[in-house]
Amino acid sequence: MKYAFSFLAVIAMVLIAWLGSQIPGMPYLFGVALPYLALLIFLGGFIYRVVQWAKSPVPFPIQTTCGQGKSLDFIKHNRLEAPNTTAEVVARMFLEVVTFRSLFRNTKSEIYSGPHITYESSKWLWLFALIFHYSFLAVVVRHLRLFLDPVPVWLTWLEFLDGIFQVGAPGWYITDVTLILGCVLLFSRRLVNRHTRVISLMTDYFPLVLIFAIAFSGVLMRYLFRSDIDIVNIKQLTVGLVTFSPTIGAEIGAIFYIHLFLVCVLLAYFPFSKLMHLGGVFLSPTRNLRNNSRAVRHINPWNPPITPHSYAGYEDEFRTFMVDAGIPVEKELAPDKDAA
Amino acid sequence: MSVPKLQQLAESVVQGPTLATGAIPTREWTELPVVFKSGNYAYPAKAEKVAYLDSQSGLHFPNSREWSPEDEDWKLPENWKEIIIKGLAERLDKFRSLKIFMDCCVRCGACADKCHFFLGTGDPKNMPVLRAELLRSVYRNDFTLAGKILGKMAGCREMTVAVLKEWFMYSYQCTECRRCSVFCPYGIDTAEVTMMLRELLHLVGVGINWILEPVSNSNRTGNHMGLQPHTFKDNVEFLVDDVENLTGVRPNISFNRKGAEILFITPSADVFAEPGLYTAMGYMALFESLGLDYTWSTYASEGGNFGLFTNNEAMKKLNAKMYAEAKRLGVKYIIGGECGHMWRVIHQYMDTMNGPADFLEVPVSPITGTVFDNAASTKMVHISEFTADLIRHGKLKFDKSRNSHVKATWHDSCNTARAMGLLDEPRYILDHVVDWVEMPENTIREQTFCCGSGTGLNTDEIMELRMRSGLPRANAVKYVHDKHGVNMLACVCAIDRATLTSLMNYWNPDVRVCGLTELVANALIIPGENRAELDDGLRTLL
Repeated sequence: MKYAFSFLAVIAMVLIAWLGSQIPGMPYLFGVALPYLALLIFLGGFIYRVVQWAKSPVPFPIQTTCGQGKSLDFIKHNRLEAPNTTAEVVARMFLEVVTFRSLFRNTKSEIYSGPHITYESSKWLWLFALIFHYSFLAVVVRHLRLFLDPVPVWLTWLEFLDGIFQVGAPGWYITDVTLILGCVLLFSRRLVNRHTRVISLMTDYFPLVLIFAIAFSGVLMRYLFRSDIDIVNIKQLTVGLVTFSPTIGAEIGAIFYIHLFLVCVLLAYFPFSKLMHLGGVFLSPTRNLRNNSRAVRHINPWNPPITPHSYAGYEDEFRTFMVDAGIPVEKELAPDKDAA
Repeated sequence: MSVPKLQQLAESVVQGPTLATGAIPTREWTELPVVFKSGNYAYPAKAEKVAYLDSQSGLHFPNSREWSPEDEDWKLPENWKEIIIKGLAERLDKFRSLKIFMDCCVRCGACADKCHFFLGTGDPKNMPVLRAELLRSVYRNDFTLAGKILGKMAGCREMTVAVLKEWFMYSYQCTECRRCSVFCPYGIDTAEVTMMLRELLHLVGVGINWILEPVSNSNRTGNHMGLQPHTFKDNVEFLVDDVENLTGVRPNISFNRKGAEILFITPSADVFAEPGLYTAMGYMALFESLGLDYTWSTYASEGGNFGLFTNNEAMKKLNAKMYAEAKRLGVKYIIGGECGHMWRVIHQYMDTMNGPADFLEVPVSPITGTVFDNAASTKMVHISEFTADLIRHGKLKFDKSRNSHVKATWHDSCNTARAMGLLDEPRYILDHVVDWVEMPENTIREQTFCCGSGTGLNTDEIMELRMRSGLPRANAVKYVHDKHGVNMLACVCAIDRATLTSLMNYWNPDVRVCGLTELVANALIIPGENRAELDDGLRTLL
């Protein structure tokens, strides 16, 4: 049970943070030491991974063209799907990264008696992915409030928009709900869709459960256990963390340490997991190369010195046949052979 | 190899308890062993072909021997595992694509039902994501920190003989068509993964004959078919006779002629067997009508490159003949005939591997004066680009009614569509020469389905597999056949011309297969022609 294990792992982490933070002296570990360590691992690991990728060259231009390439002037060039210039590549990548353009293309195939195969547009994965990623982004950006003093005005606008429905007190953020929803949808999809059910690994369920737990603990903290935590102390700690002068004032509340510990786990886990698709999406050679490989030579730094089976060797083997067939040759047949 | 009756297979693909039809395997995919039995694998390469290739400078095809996939013992070298892991490490350092594709997959499943092999077989390991996981599981185990810590939980597997056998099975159930890479949010290209798997397998002497024999033929004789120079010339001249009989015009041709303006290279299959022969006749009729100053070469008599299906070294070695011959003959540039993977190599590899071709000139059409800027560096123009430009400038006269026996549909070949973006040039040409319709939208252009037998899988011993993997393509053809009376499937790919013919014979016997230039020549009014009524175009028997 790959998904059950993910739950167990996350529950164990919750318990560690909950119980651990109650031990005197431990809040410093959970509130200061682990966050620094996790961030260090995240940044160091992320950079390390990207550098490792970048160290390997792109020997061949292997762009995947998803539209008409640039050729004759009367043939309409699809500049986004078969980009010919760097600007066009940037536009293609922008749409890929920001709108998940490839997922938008997704289809679902079914096979009926006949046989008759159908391909229907299927935008669920695209929709779930958008909900999840943009909610996550908004939540992360909103958290900047904790690290910035004074809070910049654009951040208050974002908070205003995110809470525009003004439901409950304190007001519910839309993205809090949609992030949890996104986790649930993506997780359920893995179980319900027969293809993903077969291919999913523990490492596919685990991040979803972890992020769900992070979001859920955050929601509990904000909307339910608000009286258990001391927001002033939290801000003092978080601002202290970014200014390298962390202090933990009065007791903050276990739910905060649970939330923070799970975030630390996510940060530390990130560089060593599939979550690195955040960086990899920019480096994929099938998407980020120009389709001008016949117009401009692409260089392979390790191009091996290989020569063809030579023409001379070819002619030597077949010269008699070639001469007989009237095919021009570089070297005529040896005269003594002719005589014989 | 008995191929199941149409009825049986038609029912099996729908009702068979497979992942494609809705049955979910009860066991983890890692616990499903591969079983080789007659009919589900392509024959291994003959020892003498492997030995020959290994003896060629720059190539490495070790461990030549007689062996069978059905045997328990594949006679691998003693240190086979070390060779594989070291080979993988080397390739991770050489190809960023491999590293990214190993690391970034989130197993979202977008690719799962995009693969024609999966749709036709329902085998979970034919989902592109699992095909890659076959390698990824070993990669994680040996090359990642998370894998070393989490082991099996992170989906890691020890490299074993069973895994190696699995690699062989599934890297030869992928035609490197790249349809999955269109749908992947990270552009992960299974073709790259399959190429790496095949490269690694060759390191321990595991390869198939249908690929390695053409590679060794092409190295020695200049073409996959193994036609020696005089035979190649005979074959082409035979087609010249046919064109003359049909049109009253005898194409003027030459071989290995120094000082010609253009070198013309096309897959040797075009001068070897139907229906490619008619396409080759089409080239010659077209060039004759223009009075083009071009030459064939017997040394570079192969456009295709089965080296692409083995490893990048073999690909480079075979491809290098094109420029070498162009240089020797002193031509200005090269025109390439209709072929799919040939154009993948030309468009995405040739200049990088064997360029710069600074001894050639930027291609200019001698008829229209058009400069082919898109080929400014490789100096090689696709026949469809060349023809479309001629039509645009009104340099060709057509009588479309000469194709009135044809109702065509258009098959975009994987490589020209997804590795080149050659989509509308052929359509522009079709509009001028024949009555034609498109297949359903999710089966054409960048979403086109492979013929099911590319990358050297067009061998008869795996016919059932080919008919299954070709089903998505055949099914789309059937749709337009039933709806619009389509009777001809046109394409710009020599492998297609061979494989789609088998596929149509099986699934849609009323539909024939042709090259684009055959249709062009059917409708072409050649100056000085003396043409009988050709009710089947170039295929008419007089």
